[in-house]
Amino acid sequence: MKQWERPFGRSKPETVKGEVKIVEDRCKGCGFCVEYCPCDVLELSDKFNKKGYHPPYAEKLEECTACKLCEMICPDFAIFVIEKEEEID
Amino acid sequence: MSNKKQHILEHPMDDLLRMDRIPHIWCPGCGLGSDVAAFADGLKRAEVDFDKVAVVSGIGCTGRVAGYIKLDSYHTTHGRAIPFATGLKLANRDLTVVVFSGDGDLFAIGGNHLIHAARRNLDINVICVNNFIYGMTGGQNAPTTPLGAYSSTAPFGNYEAPFNLVGITAAAGANYVARWTTVQARRLSQSIATAAKKKGFCFIEVVSPCATVFARKNKGGTGLDLMKEFRNRTVIDHKADPTQIPLTMDDEIVCGEFVNREDPTFWENVQNGIKDQVEKNADWEKIQSEKNKRLYKKTLKYEGSRDIG
Ligand SMILES: Cc1ncc(C[n+]2csc(CCOP(=O)(O)OP(=O)(O)O)c2C)c(N)n1
Ligand code: SF4
Ligand code: SF4
Ligand code: SF4
Ligand SMILES: [Mg+2]
Repeated sequence: MKQWERPFGRSKPETVKGEVKIVEDRCKGCGFCVEYCPCDVLELSDKFNKKGYHPPYAEKLEECTACKLCEMICPDFAIFVIEKEEEID
Repeated sequence: MSNKKQHILEHPMDDLLRMDRIPHIWCPGCGLGSDVAAFADGLKRAEVDFDKVAVVSGIGCTGRVAGYIKLDSYHTTHGRAIPFATGLKLANRDLTVVVFSGDGDLFAIGGNHLIHAARRNLDINVICVNNFIYGMTGGQNAPTTPLGAYSSTAPFGNYEAPFNLVGITAAAGANYVARWTTVQARRLSQSIATAAKKKGFCFIEVVSPCATVFARKNKGGTGLDLMKEFRNRTVIDHKADPTQIPLTMDDEIVCGEFVNREDPTFWENVQNGIKDQVEKNADWEKIQSEKNKRLYKKTLKYEGSRDIG
């Protein structure tokens, strides 16, 4: 088992990054996703959706770790996250 | 493909929802949709065969779950989810039967059904969404409305002491009893997965925000404000005695998995009963035949203390 990361080695740690997808017209603007995202990725936008609510958008997408809490806590099945693996430079 | 169609993205939960009925009727800021998401996630975690799961609901905002979830489901009359589920389970014992209904449906009009299903330790799972009120019909007092809370039938504040749902079910004999709020989505989903795999009566209370009625009657703000309040008041204590943790207007909301035992289920008791009866009858016939009667006497040995020495 590899215990230590080599300080100047070639192996870089891999972290999971998320890609936030928002089905805007399903959103009812409750703000649950914005409040409970542990990385403060989301903000409610100023624009209106078809139903007249303000859907969220990923303001700091690079912070998203694809924990998918937003996906679980959204009462309207309006937000979900796809994992994408990336190497940190 | 038309432009309109391309707009609709595939949500990972879409396969467990009846998409022709989405968007659902629940209010903005209502916790019910989140509870359904936790349920869908819990079933996926438990890796149960979706064709072997049946959802039964009663009447109320929560009762509509049966109509939104894409599993075999049945929307019963008010309060009768448990009787329907009882028949369903006993006739189809390989099904995982989940009752998903409201506090009013399960503990007011359906209160006795629930207590007796727990007493019998019937092998079903009950998810009870406690929003402290009758949401659908306009905010009447429920048997869960905390002391002092306002409702449309308690304009001066409620003076009826409420039921403690986890206390009742634990005392009645449920094999598994847990309480979570909508905020603890992951723990709730884990509990739902545990219950899906567990034998006997499993009861999960979900304290959930009703933004439109309970929050408005009690100046609780929006659904999100109620969520924040629940989060602040939540204390997780798996060792708490479920009968000692009633819900009030502003004290702690003690959450956790309070009961997790392996008592025999109703069907196991039925089978044992039949087995005993069959064995007894077989012996009876043996004893009846003359030959066996003599044999019986011959082999009879007294081992009582009076016969020794
Ligand atoms: C036999 C009968 N009595 C009364 C009603 C009216 N009714 C409909 S829903 C409901 C209360 C539901 O409360 P709860 O189970 O807490 O569901 P919620 O809407 O809060 O999720 C009542 C009394 C009914 N539909 N049928
Ligand atoms: S997946 Fe997690 S980190 Fe990413 S937006 Fe959702 S809640 Fe935030
Ligand atoms: S939780 Fe869902 S419905 Fe609420 S604001 Fe976020 S995306 Fe919209
Ligand atoms: S009335 Fe309350 S429980 Fe019913 S959908 Fe609205 S917020 Fe939810
Ligand atoms: Mg209710």
